[in-house]
Amino acid sequence: MTMIPQTPLLRVEGLTHYYGSRLGCRDVSFDLYPGEVLGIVGESGSGKSTLLSCLSARQDPSSGRVLYQSRHDGEIDLYRVSEPRRRLLMRTEWGIVHQNPRDGLRMTVSAGANIGERLMAVGARHYGDIRDQAIDWLGRVEISDDRTDDLPRTFSGGMQQRLQIARNLVTQPRLIFMDEPTGGLDVSVQARLLDLLRGLVSSLGLSVIIVTHDLAVARLLAHRLMVMKEGQVVETGLTDQVLDDPHHPYTQLLVSSVLQV
Amino acid sequence: MTNQTNAPRPAVSVRDLEKTFVLHTQGGARLPVFAGLTLDVFPGECVALHGPSGAGKSTLLRSLYANYKPGSGQVLVRHGDSTVDMVSATPHQILAVRRHTMGYVSQFLRVIPRVSTLDIVAEPLITLGTAPEEARARARALLTRLRIAERLWSLAPATFSGGEQQRVNIARGFSVPYPVLLLDEPTASLDAANRATVLELITEAKQRGAAVIGIFHDADARAAVADRLFDVLPVPSQAA
Amino acid sequence: MTDTGYNYAYLDEQTKRMIRRAILKAVAVPGYQVPFAGREMPLPYGWGTGGIQVTAAIIGQDDTLKVIDQGADDTTNAVSIRRFFARTAAVKTTEKTVEATVIQTRHRIPETPLTENQIMVYQVPIPEPLRWMEPRETETRKMHALQEYGVMHVKLYEDIARFGHIATTYDYPVMVNDRYLMAPSPIPKFDNPKLNNSPALQLFGAGREKRIYAVPPYTPVKSLDFTDHPFEVQRWDDCCALCGATDSFLDEVITDDKGGRMYVCSDSDYCGDRRAAGHVGPQGVDADAYQRATAAE
Ligand SMILES: Nc1ncnc2c1ncn2[C@@H]1O[C@H](COP(=O)(O)OP(=O)(O)OP(=O)(O)O)[C@@H](O)[C@H]1O
Ligand SMILES: Nc1ncnc2c1ncn2[C@@H]1O[C@H](COP(=O)(O)OP(=O)(O)OP(=O)(O)O)[C@@H](O)[C@H]1O
Ligand SMILES: [Mg+2]
Ligand SMILES: [Mg+2]
Ligand SMILES: [Zn+2]
Repeated sequence: MTMIPQTPLLRVEGLTHYYGSRLGCRDVSFDLYPGEVLGIVGESGSGKSTLLSCLSARQDPSSGRVLYQSRHDGEIDLYRVSEPRRRLLMRTEWGIVHQNPRDGLRMTVSAGANIGERLMAVGARHYGDIRDQAIDWLGRVEISDDRTDDLPRTFSGGMQQRLQIARNLVTQPRLIFMDEPTGGLDVSVQARLLDLLRGLVSSLGLSVIIVTHDLAVARLLAHRLMVMKEGQVVETGLTDQVLDDPHHPYTQLLVSSVLQV
Repeated sequence: MTNQTNAPRPAVSVRDLEKTFVLHTQGGARLPVFAGLTLDVFPGECVALHGPSGAGKSTLLRSLYANYKPGSGQVLVRHGDSTVDMVSATPHQILAVRRHTMGYVSQFLRVIPRVSTLDIVAEPLITLGTAPEEARARARALLTRLRIAERLWSLAPATFSGGEQQRVNIARGFSVPYPVLLLDEPTASLDAANRATVLELITEAKQRGAAVIGIFHDADARAAVADRLFDVLPVPSQAA
Repeated sequence: MTDTGYNYAYLDEQTKRMIRRAILKAVAVPGYQVPFAGREMPLPYGWGTGGIQVTAAIIGQDDTLKVIDQGADDTTNAVSIRRFFARTAAVKTTEKTVEATVIQTRHRIPETPLTENQIMVYQVPIPEPLRWMEPRETETRKMHALQEYGVMHVKLYEDIARFGHIATTYDYPVMVNDRYLMAPSPIPKFDNPKLNNSPALQLFGAGREKRIYAVPPYTPVKSLDFTDHPFEVQRWDDCCALCGATDSFLDEVITDDKGGRMYVCSDSDYCGDRRAAGHVGPQGVDADAYQRATAAE
């Protein structure tokens, strides 16, 4: 029962990004541990997506560091290693679930190929195996196998998001970034997706950083929350602390403007 | 002090705890709830928090669980071989204490969509590494004792009655043999038979050495399980 | 010099030097697409201006040029390109593979094995094999640089999922020298094995997209596939109706308006050589019948 000392999976130090003179996010620091789900909440334009892009190697930050504990090569300073290394990392150890499935899926190839692509990108060359895994993952995200060869555009919004999740998880990443994964879905579809995510996160021991404006989503998925305002983190803590006993005026406003979370 | 080594050590030791809410949405109004609060709770005893409505009983219980963040003071919890101060602990330490050491039964069940009753009850054990089948067996036993009809076990409790939800909540809270149990009105909204079962569960927890801190609206229930009362008194407001 | 009033081989010397530099680079990095400042040619793009510019840059008066279009030397396109170089570069032209030193082609690689003394020039419409998946040039360049070629198998995966086998038959993607993914121009995959370790230098010119790439002699060229769906070339149940060849790429030819058809070598030079050497197909040696059949198309 003694506490196992764990090394953080991700260490973020003073991450700052400006778009020209416009502030994206400023001086964000935190650690993320294996198996931990971190929620980022805050008003529109507060820098959530900017932060997520900087964290996930899609946007060079103006300053600050992102250190990632890789599977085989120890700690990697994300913006110090070569771009090929970074891109390899994104293919093998990370996943990104976009708000708009169009940004995360290939709409012109079948669902099976969407999942298979990630495997082929890391060298899988046996069609039968690739297809078996694709079908297995479709099943895990509750898409029936007779949809394997259909194009994602014939799927509902919720199915597209689930396909996106399957595509990301098939290569067994350790860290998933999600930007509003339930945005644009209606409530019952959202609930199903969240439930699925919750199950996958705990059964696979995934670490997740999820941006959401929905405090109920944050409550359900995140162990910890970061509240952002005007590019900065104004409050952080365990999810239930932040939502039940918010201290910062902005967090109180955010929580009080929602009926019950 | 040094010769008291064989005196029992408290499971929870609250030192000089202070909590004030600052309501920024209401012009920064300050709402002091308690200050200088000190309390030791030992293994095997049940302390009932006592005081009028609004005195701060639930606030104290939540502060012990680190759901609320006190302004100052300490909440020292014996956690395995170490002691953790819930006021200053890191989120990871707090989660570890909640997983292994401290159970909390809130007044209302927070329903998780689409998760079955059985899984809700079994989850804390599974998180601790208990084999899922063993965890579910324990969950079944608790649900049976609390008279939740078996046909409900596979359903998510969103549509259950208030009393049913409260019993699911209790079953979940009692699934792991936590060394410390925090109970916020566990017998409210229960019928006599179920109230008796909950009191039995509390007594059994005490017998295995759990330190129990509870809020009992019902005087009979309180008398049945509490070893002593701890008065939580409203702080006179400083606001002008 | 020539009777056109233009510089030798139509292009000015500076342009030719620039193209040669691009070719040298392409040869040095097999399969890599080298951008070049292409010139407007007195032919529309679809006519193989990329190939023509490459040919113009490398051709000399000692060369003998062969031009094939759909395997044949006598289509309008092939004839006019041959005539163009005969006039502007005063080279000999030929229909015989063995006589040619430079062979410009669009759809085929000759059946007759190539030699170290020959250069193949391919006219390429779409040089970027990744384009169908990734429209952004900056991104495809990066994918080549980082050898991120997983998406290319997606296309083959889709084929198998849909048709049970890899249905891509033309412009079938290859890996050159284990490094660069390359579009072999619209040759049938039947010809892909001929790219591998060929003794001839192979140059690819894309006029519209202004890219040159190359496979130097004796370079490994591997067609993409899956371990459980290995690369295969097209096969026919028939042999060539005219020469009886069983190892050549066959075209289906409609022989009359009652739906009669026969299969003949797409490489007309190869077929002719075989017939001249006495090989006979099921439709006999009547070259006139073949003439009539192809004229009827
Ligand atoms: N590409 C860009 N160029 C210039 N400014 C940008 C760019 N992207 C974002 N910004 C600005 O940076 C700030 C933070 O934007 P960001 O997209 O990170 O906000 P957000 O918190 O994700 O908002 P939302 O909840 O609306 O998605 C905003 O002021 C925005 O206008
Ligand atoms: N999250 C919160 N934010 C602001 N004020 C709060 C919060 N939680 C409790 N309070 C206030 O703190 C005071 C103590 O409330 P608490 O719920 O602890 O009382 P209680 O003793 O449990 O009462 P009851 O017996 O009615 O349940 C009340 O004035 C309440 O309004
Ligand atoms: Mg955003
Ligand atoms: Mg209360
Ligand atoms: Zn023939």
